[in-house]
Amino acid sequence: MVPAPKVSASARRSRRRAQRVSPGWITTFCLPALVLYGLFLVVPLVTAFYYGLFRWQGTRQGEFVGLGNYQEILTRYPLSDEIPTALWHNVLFFAGTMAIQNTIGLGLAVLLHRSPWGKRLFQTLFSLPYLISPLIVGYIWSLLLSPTFGPVNHVLRTVGLDSWARPWLGEPDTALPVLILVNAWQWIGGPMLIFGAALGGVPRELEEAAAMDGASATRTFWQIRFPLLMPAVGVITVLTFIGCFNIFDLVYALGGSDGGPGGAMDVLGLLYYRTAFQGGSNAIGESSALAMLIFVLIFGVSLGLERALRRREVT
Amino acid sequence: MSLHHAAHRRPLLRGAGTQLVLWAYAVIAFGPLLLVLIGSLRPNAEILRAPVGLPRSFDLSNYVRAWETASISTYFVNSLAVTVASVTLCVGVSAMAAYALSRWKFRGRAFLAAFFLSGLMIPAKLGLLPVFYMFQSMGLIDSRIGLVLLYAAGGIPFSVFVIMGFMRGLPGELEEAARIDGAHEGRLFVSVVLPLMRPALAVATVFQFAPTWNDFFYPLVLLRSGDKYTIPVGLTRFFGEFAADRGTLFAGLVIALVPLAVVFALATRQIVAGLTAGMSR
Repeated sequence: MVPAPKVSASARRSRRRAQRVSPGWITTFCLPALVLYGLFLVVPLVTAFYYGLFRWQGTRQGEFVGLGNYQEILTRYPLSDEIPTALWHNVLFFAGTMAIQNTIGLGLAVLLHRSPWGKRLFQTLFSLPYLISPLIVGYIWSLLLSPTFGPVNHVLRTVGLDSWARPWLGEPDTALPVLILVNAWQWIGGPMLIFGAALGGVPRELEEAAAMDGASATRTFWQIRFPLLMPAVGVITVLTFIGCFNIFDLVYALGGSDGGPGGAMDVLGLLYYRTAFQGGSNAIGESSALAMLIFVLIFGVSLGLERALRRREVT
Repeated sequence: MSLHHAAHRRPLLRGAGTQLVLWAYAVIAFGPLLLVLIGSLRPNAEILRAPVGLPRSFDLSNYVRAWETASISTYFVNSLAVTVASVTLCVGVSAMAAYALSRWKFRGRAFLAAFFLSGLMIPAKLGLLPVFYMFQSMGLIDSRIGLVLLYAAGGIPFSVFVIMGFMRGLPGELEEAARIDGAHEGRLFVSVVLPLMRPALAVATVFQFAPTWNDFFYPLVLLRSGDKYTIPVGLTRFFGEFAADRGTLFAGLVIALVPLAVVFALATRQIVAGLTAGMSR
C-alpha cells in the first residue's frame, strides 16, 4: 500500500503538482474573495461608467445621453475651467515632486554610498516621514507654517528675515510650491533607498576601469553610474505619477476641499469630490464622467510610462 | 571635479563635509517631527509665546485633553476595530483564494488569477459615488461594517499577489503527505498550509494595515456620526474644534502616529520582504 501512492505522488510532482479537487472546495476557497472584490471594487467602477452615460435629476436616473456628460464637463463653465486648472496643478505637482525628491534623493544616496558611516541611522531618519499618512503630514505642516504662531515664521523672524515670513499656505503664489515641497519632503526616502540599492548594484570593476583610463569622477558618475540608475528612475517615475495624480488627503489637510486660496492647490481628486458631493442636480452624471476621464488618464499614462521605460532599459 | 581631486588629498575634510550635509538633511527630515513631539509636551500658552523651545517640565496634560475631551480615544478605538477586522478578513479570504489558485487545477483558474491581480492597477477610489448609493440601499451608510468590507475588498489584489508569489516558491511535499494521510482539503489548509504561509501572511498584514489605518477618503464620505469616526476623519473635526490649542493638536497628532510606529518597528523585516516582492514583479 505504501509504494503505490508514493509513485503517483512523485509523478504528480513532476508535472507541476497541480491538484484536482471537487468543485465544492473550489467554490468554498475562491468565492469569498471573489464576492468581496467583485462587489466592492469592480462593480462600483463599472457602475460609474454606466452612471456617466445618463443625465440625472438628483438621484433619479434620466434619459440616456451617451457621451453627453463628457462633452458637458469639458465645455460648460465652471467645470470647463476647473478641470484644466486642476489637471495643470497635478502636472506641476508631479513635475516639481520628481525634480526635488530625485535630485535630493540621489544626492543623499550618493553621499551615503561614499561614506557608509552611520548609513542605517541616516536612512531611517530620512525615510521617517514616509511612514506618516499624508493627511497627518498636511496637518503637521499647516501647524508649522501657520502665519503668526508657526515655528517656521518664528525662526525666519528670529534670524532677521522678517520680510520672508508670510502666510505660506494663505497666498496663491506660495501655496502650490509649498505643497510640492511638503510632498517631496514626505517621499524623499523612497528615491533615496531605491537609488541606494541601485548604486550598490553597480559593479566596482567598471568604475575602477574608468578611473584607470583617466576619467574624472564627474565623468565616471554621468557615464557609468547614471545610465545604470535608469531602471530605478523608471520605477520611481511610475510610482510618483500614480501617487501625484491620486493626491487628495495632503491637499485637503493643507487647503481644505476647495484647494486653498483661490483654488491655488486645486487638484483632480478634490474636484471629483466636490463635483460628486457638492455638485448640482446632474452631479451623478457629471462626476461619473469626470471619474472615468481621471481613470483613463492614470491607467493609460502609467501603462505608457511603464512600456516606454522598459524599452529604454533594453537599449 | 576639482573639489573631488582636492578631496582625494584630504579625505578627512571630505568626510566632514559629507557628514555635515547628511546631518543638515537629517534636521530637515526629522526636525518637524521633533517639533511636534516637543510641542505636545508644552502648555499652549508657552507655545504661543515662543513657538520654538524646550518644554519646561514633563507635562502630559495635552495628551489627557486630546484623549478625553477631544474624544481621540473614541476615534482610536474605531480605527483599531475597523483596521483589525478588515485586515483579518482580507488576508483570510486572500489566503484561501491564493492557495486554490496556486495549487489546484480547474477551469478558469488563469482567468481568475488575472482578474484578481488586475486590481493592483485600479484606482478604486473613483468608484466612491456608486459605493455610496450601493451602501445607501444596503443600509451601510454611517456603518463601520461597511468600511470593513470596502477595505477588505481593496486589499485583496495585493494580498493575493503576495501570497501566490510565496506559494510558488514553497515545495508541496508536506501537502502531498497530508493528502496521502487522508486529510480533506479544508483540514489540510488550516493545519498544514496556513502555518507554512505565515511569512507571506505577515507581509500582507503589514501592507494592508498602514493604508487602512491612514485612509481618510472613504470615512469622510461614508460616516456621519462622530462616535463612529476613525482617526483621520476624527482629526479633521478635532482640528476645527481645537484650532487655537496648539499643544493639544500636537498631542493628538502624536497619538494618531503611535500604532503605525509600533507596527513598523515590529515588522521591518516583513516590509523589506514586501518591497522586494513588489520589485521582482
